[in-house]
Parts: sequence; structure tokens; C-alpha cells
Amino acid sequence: MTHPAAFVFCEHCDSIYRRHELQRDEVARCGRCCAVLYRGSRVDIDYLLALTLTAAIVFVIANASPVIRIAVSGLHNQANLLQSIVALSHGSALAVGVVAAVTLFVVPLLQIILLGWVLLFARAHRRAPGFVFAMRVLHRIRPWSMTEVFLLGVLVAIVKLSGLLHVIAGPGAWATVVLTVLIAVIARHDIRSLWDRLPGDPTGLHS
Amino acid sequence: MNLAPRARDLGLTCCHTCGQASSSTTAHCPRCRSRLHARKPDSLARTWAFLLAALILYIPANTLPVMYTSMLGRGESSTILHGVVEFWKAGSWDIALLIFIASVAVPSTKFLALGTLLVTAQRRSTWAQPQRARLYRFVELIGYWSMLDVVVVALVSALVQFQLLGTAEPRLGIVFFGLVVVLTMFAAMSFDPRLIWDSDDDKNLPRN
Repeated sequence: MTHPAAFVFCEHCDSIYRRHELQRDEVARCGRCCAVLYRGSRVDIDYLLALTLTAAIVFVIANASPVIRIAVSGLHNQANLLQSIVALSHGSALAVGVVAAVTLFVVPLLQIILLGWVLLFARAHRRAPGFVFAMRVLHRIRPWSMTEVFLLGVLVAIVKLSGLLHVIAGPGAWATVVLTVLIAVIARHDIRSLWDRLPGDPTGLHS
Repeated sequence: MNLAPRARDLGLTCCHTCGQASSSTTAHCPRCRSRLHARKPDSLARTWAFLLAALILYIPANTLPVMYTSMLGRGESSTILHGVVEFWKAGSWDIALLIFIASVAVPSTKFLALGTLLVTAQRRSTWAQPQRARLYRFVELIGYWSMLDVVVVALVSALVQFQLLGTAEPRLGIVFFGLVVVLTMFAAMSFDPRLIWDSDDDKNLPRN
């Protein structure tokens, strides 16, 4: 038995409600636990896809260019995200290097790729090949995306080193600022509405 | 107060991945094929296990050095708290506060909050349910900011590589620290916030 979009559940306390149409910027909250149930603003697929493609470009810049440059008595050095992860994975610290690589690089990259893939087909009112898999992975990895923590870490590292050396924020740092904002804006949209808007094969045999 | 009915009382289970409702007897969501549970399986036991493991690892995370730095031949290993004190002494009280919040206040809050949620859920307490629900969402929100120190150590180790003039290397403490963050995140994820409200069932039983 299925209840298409007529009912909405509170994930936090299992309450069940009849869904009402909301105005833009209105938010429905659970009467029992006050958690947000759903928002009035409908996911605009073109808008979200544009943001995702921008995030993809900015992601490349943020990872390809140095985030911090330092100089001291004629010597200088610079590092980007991946070089920092390699430096962290030194010997016994490999385990934490893997955690950093997953949360700062792999998960944000996967989010951008999978979301872009799903939205590209959603524009044509179609489910992308592997839609079910992509949506499940997107849901699973969401808590593990930590780009904003990296940004704060860059800030702290700059302050930490500026007492001893000459420190400059590189283009990668500015790209990370933009990427953090883009990811935050994208995350405000609940893409789970795509499940209702793009009905799948009614037999359920095809994903 | 008239509260909304709960899915389990109506014989329904809601899929967390896609929001689809199914009959409680269904094992997999018909829409996205995720496994369905009325409540997260062994939620309390799993959360306790992750939380205690995190608590144990939090000791070496704080006592072992997280980074070794040598400047002009003078080498020293520093722990996280040592780093906070250094920033404070150097006059950067804001950065000191930031690291203190991310590395000490956030993990401690998570330990206390999750511990409270576990004990009250276990006793099927009806005390302060809305506040406990909010506390859980707060724990989820602050979860990963403790990764801050890991990022700082990574950046500094990558940058300060000047052989004789100065070098920086990660030390074992940062591994424990990273693991504490991961374990507390797993603990928060395995706790089922619906358990906070399940004690109402006993109270409402005669009505059904």
C-alpha cells in the first residue's frame, strides 16, 4: 500500500500528518517535537542544477589551486587540500588521513556528481539511470560532507602561522569560501520531493 | 492537547530515505528498496557502544601530542589543549576560543547530551520531551565541527616543510581525535529520536 505525497511523516518522532499546500517561505513544523516537516518553496530544478554545475567548477578550482602560501627568509611553500591530506596521512596517522580524504574531498565530490546527474534528467521529467541508487547514496553521505569545517581550518591555520611566517591566502581559499556558500544553499533544498515528482516504473522492477 | 497520530500506531512505517509510507509488515521500501524499520535496530545498545568507545579514545586524543613542530632546531610536541593555551598567550583569544569550542566543548557536550538522551530513553521517561527532541537535533548539528583540529594539523604539516629551518608533522593524538569525531557521529546516527516519544504509548494505551 502506498500513500503518495498526501501524508507526511515526522522523521524525528513518527507523527503522521496530512500534507497542506504551503506558501513560499512557509515552513511546516511537527506539533509534537517541533522538527521541520517540509518547506513551502518547491525545488526549482533548473535553479538547483545551475547551482550544482557552479559548485562543480568551483570545486575544481578549490582543489587545484593552493589554499595557503607561506614564505620565510627567502624560502616559500604552498599547499592545497589534497597535499594537506597526503601530509596528514604520514605513517601512523593514515587512519585520520582517510577520514579527512572522505569528508573533505570524496563526499563533496560525490554529492556534486550524483546531484548533477539526477537533476540533469529531472529537467526532462525523467528518472536518471540509477536514480534510486543515486538518491539513496545522496541521503546516506549527507552528514559526512565537511567543506565548511575545512574553511574554518584554513582560517585557523592562517592565524596560527602568521605569527612566525609570511602567510597569504591562495585562490583555493577563496574558492573554498564560494564552495561552502554554494553547498549550504544547495543543502537547503529537500531533494526528496523528486521521488514524488518523478514517478518510477509502476511495476517496481526497473529502478 | 490533541497531538497527531503516530505512524507505528496506525501500522505504518516511514522510509527515511524517500519518505514513502508502507505497511509495518513490509521489509523493504517499495519505492527505493531501503530496508525498513519501525525503529532503528538496537538503537540504544549501538549508541551506547559508539559513545563509550568515543569516550575511551577521547583520553589519548587529549593526552597524546597531535603535532610535532621544530623551528630552528628547537622541536616540541603539542597537545590540543597546549595549542589552545599558546593561542591565548599570543593574544589570539578568538582563535583560542574557537579551537576550545571545536575540540573540547563540542565533544563534551555530545557526550553529556547523548548520555542524557540514552538514560532517559531507556527509562521511558516523559520528562522534557520537546526539549530532549531539540537537544538531539542540536547534537546532530554540532557533530562534525570537531574535525577542525584535524584540518589545521593537515594544513600546517603540508606547509611547514623547510628542513633545517622548520618542519611540522602529525602525531598519534590526531588519529584518536579523528576517530572520536567519527565515533560520536555514528553514535548520534544510531540513536533513534522517536524513542524519546515512545514512552507516551504506555500513557495512551487505554485509549487505543
